[in-house]
Amino acid sequence: MSTQTSGTPLRSRLLGVDVLRLGASGLTSRPTRAILSALGIAIGIAAMIAVVGISTSSQARLNAQLSALGTNLLTVHPGSSLGGSDTTLPVGSTEKVGMITAVERAGSVGALSDLHIYRSRLIDPAQSSSIDVTVAEGGLRPLLGAQLTEGSWFSPATEQFPTVVLGSIAATRLGIVSAGSQVWLGGAPMTVIGILQPLPLAPELDTAALVGARFATDRLAWDGKPTTIYERSADSSIAAVRALLPATVNPEHPESVAVSRPSDVLAAKNATDAAFTGLLVGLGSVALLVGGIGVANTMVITVLERRREIGLRRALGATRAHIRRQFLTEALVLSALGGIGGSVIGLGVIAVFAATHGLPVAVPPAVFAAGIGATILIGAVAGLYPAARAAKTPPTSALSA
Amino acid sequence: MNDTVIELDAVVRDHGSPPVRAVDHVSLTVRRGDLLAIVGPSGSGKSSLLNIIGTLDRPSSGRTVIDGNDVQTMDDAELSALRAYSIGFVFQQFHLADGATALDNVADGLLYTGTRRAERRRRATAALTRVGLGHRLQHRPTQLSGGERQRVAIARAVVSDPTLLLADEPTGNLDQRSGASVVDLLHELNDSGTTVLVITHDTAVAEQFPRRVTVRDGRIVSDLRGAES
Repeated sequence: MSTQTSGTPLRSRLLGVDVLRLGASGLTSRPTRAILSALGIAIGIAAMIAVVGISTSSQARLNAQLSALGTNLLTVHPGSSLGGSDTTLPVGSTEKVGMITAVERAGSVGALSDLHIYRSRLIDPAQSSSIDVTVAEGGLRPLLGAQLTEGSWFSPATEQFPTVVLGSIAATRLGIVSAGSQVWLGGAPMTVIGILQPLPLAPELDTAALVGARFATDRLAWDGKPTTIYERSADSSIAAVRALLPATVNPEHPESVAVSRPSDVLAAKNATDAAFTGLLVGLGSVALLVGGIGVANTMVITVLERRREIGLRRALGATRAHIRRQFLTEALVLSALGGIGGSVIGLGVIAVFAATHGLPVAVPPAVFAAGIGATILIGAVAGLYPAARAAKTPPTSALSA
Repeated sequence: MNDTVIELDAVVRDHGSPPVRAVDHVSLTVRRGDLLAIVGPSGSGKSSLLNIIGTLDRPSSGRTVIDGNDVQTMDDAELSALRAYSIGFVFQQFHLADGATALDNVADGLLYTGTRRAERRRRATAALTRVGLGHRLQHRPTQLSGGERQRVAIARAVVSDPTLLLADEPTGNLDQRSGASVVDLLHELNDSGTTVLVITHDTAVAEQFPRRVTVRDGRIVSDLRGAES
């Protein structure tokens, strides 16, 4: 028999494990409501994780692409003269670039803008399919790392003959799928000897029909002026080469020569994606905020509905702090459920997106940690007010009918 | 050892604004081992009195000493501890969790004493056996009759072995037979040493207790002992 007398320092105590048990059981007694209000948080977290994950996966692909392609490729184009008129690159520029000590490889293309290519001679000359007939000069293929889906690249023998190598898009537009097909170019039949894979560092060649320099000079009246020069050098000397190129190509008017770095263009494209990603993350955080308000709302309703339970617990010896802790834990468990569910949904979205877009799945684990951490923070904030209200519920609530 | 479990001295409780006097200068002494009923019609202030005795509410004025503790000087945590260890409550509507078994409902009576769950269940089993429900441990409240539910609620109230058991209309929701068995159980608990205070509006129920305090308009109008019918 209890013989508690005045001064005995007995205290109400609630074990930590029991706080968790209470928080979880409050939710399992109303599962539908718990799932629905956790869903709000889950959607917000899923959106944010999916957006960040897709962005990091794209970045991973870009990095893989750049390291495969190399970032040491520079291109030289004709720029504008001081007067603003279009310029051309001088004949022999490619050889001059090749003579710069640091340059490992150089090659060029020259547009034959007067010529068009057709599937056959029967096609109306007006339907030129926007394919640029282009002369390939120098070691273009190893320079660009070009791979062929069909056939082969020019050899010293084949480039003297009426042969053509098609860019990937050009082949699609012409409806050519295999080497050995005939096309109609400059009023004569030519044989397709190869089809290129897409060239990420030289996308302009995807829509090109390439012909050999010898054949172009002899038979297509090419003036020998390149329109784009490509060169690669050691990574350490890129800046030096870049500075040398304009004066090397056109010593009289170096200002009319433009130099660019295609890998920068790829990276810049990704940077614009990053701005878009920021926008989506913003939308995701709005969803998360709304989810948090949903949790707070659910908890406020729960507290109102459970006045009797609170009164009973107070009668059983719960202090205000115990009641507060119970409802705060319930809010935390609720939003943590949302966070975990949202992470799973988000990962699923990333996996589906990556599978359909051929991306690697690369999500830093910190993203999940941050996501679940954010939900716990939201749960704490959302649960604060309802828990304080629960703690203020008078103990007499169990008796008042 | 203090022999007085409840000591009220000129206790007043006003509710609302303008104030309505629910308890009007009530003085009452209950000794260890007493078994009494506070009887009065609805609105007589007996529930307000129970809230004050159970330390769920504080009087507007007057002195309240429960199990040797002066309620006026105690903070929320101290009052909660007093309820956790020294006072057991039984309610008219039972207040059992439908989702939990009888055993776990009773074990919750020890939740705020920091007792581990295994020990809570062990003592809950003993308490349920004591109220004659040793064969109903795993039943849920919805599977039990009204009388059985009130026995579960009583087991929960006594599982912590409190000095004082307070019962608010414990037979109010029960038929006559179940009500009688609950009254018998309260007598048994009193025989084993627990001080039992019952609140009822039913004079027939009150007649079954050795001491009957009649309340009307917030005042004690009679305090009779003996002549148990």
